[in-house]
Amino acid sequence: MNIGTIQAYAYFFFVAFLVIVLYSYIYHLYSSQRKGKRDYEKYSNIALNDDITDQPVEDISKND
Amino acid sequence: MENRPLEYDYTVAKMFMLTTVLLGIVGMLVGVILAWEMAFPAVNTIAGSGLAEYTNFSRLRPLHTDAVIFGFTLSGIWSTWYYVGQRVLKVSMAESKFLMFLGKLHFGLYLLVVVSVVVSLLLGVTTSKEYAEFEWPIDIAVVVVWVTWGMSIFGLIGIRREKSLYISIWYYIATFLGIAMLYLFNNMEIPTFFASGGIGAWYHSVSMYSGTNDALVQWWYGHNAVAFGFTVPIVAMIYYFLPKESGQAVYSYKLSLLAFWGLMFVYLWAGGHHLIYSTVPDWMQTMGSVFSVVLILPSWGSAINMLLTMKGEWQQVAASPLIKFMILASTFYMFSTLEGPIQAIKSVNALAHFTDWIVGHVHDGVLGWVAFMIMASLFHMAPRVFKREIYSKSLMNTQFWIQTLGVVLYFTSMWIAGITQGMMWRAHDEFGNLAYSFIDTVAVLHPYFTIRAVGGTLYFLGMFLFAFNMYKTMTSSRRVEESELQNASPMGA
Repeated sequence: MNIGTIQAYAYFFFVAFLVIVLYSYIYHLYSSQRKGKRDYEKYSNIALNDDITDQPVEDISKND
Repeated sequence: MENRPLEYDYTVAKMFMLTTVLLGIVGMLVGVILAWEMAFPAVNTIAGSGLAEYTNFSRLRPLHTDAVIFGFTLSGIWSTWYYVGQRVLKVSMAESKFLMFLGKLHFGLYLLVVVSVVVSLLLGVTTSKEYAEFEWPIDIAVVVVWVTWGMSIFGLIGIRREKSLYISIWYYIATFLGIAMLYLFNNMEIPTFFASGGIGAWYHSVSMYSGTNDALVQWWYGHNAVAFGFTVPIVAMIYYFLPKESGQAVYSYKLSLLAFWGLMFVYLWAGGHHLIYSTVPDWMQTMGSVFSVVLILPSWGSAINMLLTMKGEWQQVAASPLIKFMILASTFYMFSTLEGPIQAIKSVNALAHFTDWIVGHVHDGVLGWVAFMIMASLFHMAPRVFKREIYSKSLMNTQFWIQTLGVVLYFTSMWIAGITQGMMWRAHDEFGNLAYSFIDTVAVLHPYFTIRAVGGTLYFLGMFLFAFNMYKTMTSSRRVEESELQNASPMGA
């Protein structure tokens, strides 16, 4: 097995690994939302309510 | 302590607004001159043969690309960063004297770099690497500017009130990190004067890579300059400005996160498509092709997310020229990110490579997506930073239609020109002799080059309308109250 073949296998498995990570992330996002662990959609309001006097969506000074 | 209520401070955002408009005009003016030179070669010596050195195509071409990429677009990115950054982090630059100083330093150093780039490129001082033409002293200055921006980003994030970083901030951070990595690696160069013990010009350098390696690094950089200069930060803009202007929450915030990681994962591997049928390893060419096709998914993920954000609110597209700009921008983004992967397919690339179709692709992306989105962002910002309504809605509408016509003329003419070129280059008789010489293609393409020049000129005209509208907004438009600035931007007739 020469270096080129090793590179090719390493490359393939690295890509496969990253694909698994990406799909796990999708699963994580949607299952967290469904189970009520975290509401991702509320973060849209960071742009909509962005006056300096508006209440932050998650205040950094309050630890939750 | 003063008792004035806290406000966002847009001083630095305004400075970069100015350079966005000015360098946009310069970059596009040079582009228009180049387009007319291509159609009518006599334009190369329009200022007389004594000045031909400064007016010919090859001297001006890097000035055009660099003024649009590193002048207009970067200024637009920074102008919007110093606006959006404060707002979504809910912290004012006025709260930190240090960050304010950094912001102004960032702008001042950037101006110095701009001047040295313009002068050196006009004098013909170049490394000859596309989009990386700057010689080593300027490269070092660019790194200093970039680090200053980085300190400003992370400084602002450090004093924020909003705990979560809005999706646009992710994209701005990715722009910062991506370009930092690409620029450093591709511009590794050896100053020949110092390496040789005093031979030649002090500012001259040669790339640290050679041959195929140099080509690979160059196109890893070149294509990702498109990724992290023309895509990632522009997506940052649309994720903020479209929801804000339309008053609609992003259709799916989860999709925006997913599209972000998808884009980061896929984009960095696609650059090999610039080197198909070259001396780089075959598997790398295939990888470039495959990743380019996969890239449709994250690109369309963001673009569709933006179109769906307008769900139930499509009347706004008809009513507001500002929304029109943004919706057409995201449509051109979809179009351009479909066209690119098609061109990266090996068999299509065999026809398209080196032709004007590629030039057309770049321009429907940059004129239709990047520049439309930057101008729309600046239009949205103008009433908020100047506390005046946008001077004229009808002027904005006129600009929109003139520029849209300009882009359409540009890319359609380049499609026809490119495919004609590709077909003529490969045509041969039954003995394998080429059917046409190069000059035959030049003669056939003349009408399309002229149409392209007309399209570019129309777009350039639109830039003037943009600049005029911004100038009048800044100086003489009606003053507005804070309450008018919630969502849809106030605009005069």
